[in-house]
Amino acid sequence: MHFFTGRKKVKKSGSNRRTRRGKWIARGYLFPSAAGVLLFFVLPFLIVVYYSVVDNPISGQFVFFDNFVMVFQNAAFQQAAKNTLTFSLTAVPLAVVLSLLLAMTLESKIPFKSQFRTFFLSPMMVPIASVVLIWQVLFHYNGMINEILTFFGGEKIDWLNSSYAQVVIVVLFLWKNLGYNMILFMSALSSIPRDIVEVAVLESATPFQIFWHIKLRYMSSTILFVTIMSLINSFKVFREIYLLKGDYPYDTMYMLQHFMNNTFNRLDYQKMSAAAIMMAIVMVIIIGILFLTESYFGKDVEE
Amino acid sequence: MRKRNGKHGGMVKLEENISQERWDQQVKRKKKIRNTRQFIRIMLGTFVAACFAILFLMPIILTITNSFMSASEISANYGQVFATTDTGGKVYVSDRVNLKFIPDMVSFSQYITVLLKSPEYLLKFWNSVILVVPIVGFQLLVAAGASYGFTRYRGRIKEMIFFLYIILMLMPYQVTLVPNYLVSDWLNLLDTNWAIWLPGIFSPFAVYLLTKYMRRIPTAMIEAAQIDGAGEWQIFRRICMPLCKGAMCSIAILIFIDYWNMVEQPLILLSDQEKHPLSVFLSKINAGEIGLAFAVATIYMVPPILVFLYGEDYLVEGITYQGGIKG
Repeated sequence: MHFFTGRKKVKKSGSNRRTRRGKWIARGYLFPSAAGVLLFFVLPFLIVVYYSVVDNPISGQFVFFDNFVMVFQNAAFQQAAKNTLTFSLTAVPLAVVLSLLLAMTLESKIPFKSQFRTFFLSPMMVPIASVVLIWQVLFHYNGMINEILTFFGGEKIDWLNSSYAQVVIVVLFLWKNLGYNMILFMSALSSIPRDIVEVAVLESATPFQIFWHIKLRYMSSTILFVTIMSLINSFKVFREIYLLKGDYPYDTMYMLQHFMNNTFNRLDYQKMSAAAIMMAIVMVIIIGILFLTESYFGKDVEE
Repeated sequence: MRKRNGKHGGMVKLEENISQERWDQQVKRKKKIRNTRQFIRIMLGTFVAACFAILFLMPIILTITNSFMSASEISANYGQVFATTDTGGKVYVSDRVNLKFIPDMVSFSQYITVLLKSPEYLLKFWNSVILVVPIVGFQLLVAAGASYGFTRYRGRIKEMIFFLYIILMLMPYQVTLVPNYLVSDWLNLLDTNWAIWLPGIFSPFAVYLLTKYMRRIPTAMIEAAQIDGAGEWQIFRRICMPLCKGAMCSIAILIFIDYWNMVEQPLILLSDQEKHPLSVFLSKINAGEIGLAFAVATIYMVPPILVFLYGEDYLVEGITYQGGIKG
């Protein structure tokens, strides 16, 4: 948890008149942001909770879990949830492993390190809208990727309009996010205490043992962080899909955000609210599980 | 690393009867093997890195080079890709898609059309600027105050509020957009820029990051200032802010990238397409205008790339702070 909250130690302060005054002033500094968050996120979220358990906002008839059941039985929602799940389950582990690989590559003694770092980071900066054109050209049925495939004797694949669409969005996701993850891993790698690695070398540990028993252990909190961030970013892949294919893409690319957008267009408050709350609960559960795993595996290296 | 290459590395077991000469020979041979191994490893690493670099850069470079094609060259080469969105079908379309790395003839005609003849793209670009710049500025301003509030006189309630901020930050758009929409609806802000500005300005992201940074300022420093008679404002203005300058730059860059890329918010909160930023509008380009799409895409790329070139180190630092790794 320490990487989210910062330093744990809370300093006790005296309670003379001056500090009491200071405390109120400090609360004043916090006020604008807290008020904004309350008004724009917390209060409306409570309303969303309310909407999710009534049949419609005007009559306010309490219907308990009916809305959730309705959303759950909705075919579009099921499709969207399934797609989002399969996408996140493939893309997130890939993003973690590949970016760790990139970070390790850049940590070894290769030339042009800083140039490579710049290159790997640049996709993060480029707006998705700008490169979508090129993706369309590359993944088109008669596009370059298929041309390369046929050159090597493969079959042409209709990337964007078949079950291969998932592959395409995983590729786009990795392209966009590997650099960010790599930076996190690079700084984690460089913060591993040198002496421990050196002792391991003296005790003739193989590079694999050093990696598995020392480096991974020390990076466990970074791995957790990268996983959470990749997960959150994996929900943003809607951007790519929307810009490529619009509101109704091929079935396997229909994500939860599409479902939300299309529900928005119909202004179905109850469905929307129930879906948002289910999503929030799932997020909290996933993040909680990740934290528990991390505190189980990484407890002996925490400072 | 140095110890591994040391004189006796891996050669500790030394039998008595080996003469000094053979010992030296063995050491040399081992060193040679190690050097070649390391050389191979470096070559392999460079190769992997280079492959990834090419894959990563190719789409960007292609977009830029293709923006120098003339409109007719674009529609001849890529017409088919975008023809599906066009029902008129008045442009000549080849049945193959030829990806060109370098245009046959460098022409600025796309840029000239975009900049001089079709103001709607510039208007959308301006929409992007108008939407993003206030968010970056005011989110930082609000966050500066809030993180100072979170840093000074920490107590249990404040920690709980901070935890709430973290949870909010981790929530995907699918969750936060519904509340945002409801508020904008009540306040009659839907379809105005305020619907995007206000949730952006009060987004917990910058608060979270800046608080984490500010909490690393030694308390001794603040206490010293207090003893010298500085009030809260002076501590904030003269100690915390100057020390956080770098972090503010990092955070500004991170916010900027995120909002320059926004798609979800305008789609839901702005139903008037005239107000959409270029990040959404670019996808609506149809086959008839494909000749200038690459130029628009390139123009849209320019601000973030400039920011990146000037602030790469800040960006890296910002990402590192996000991960909470002591660098």
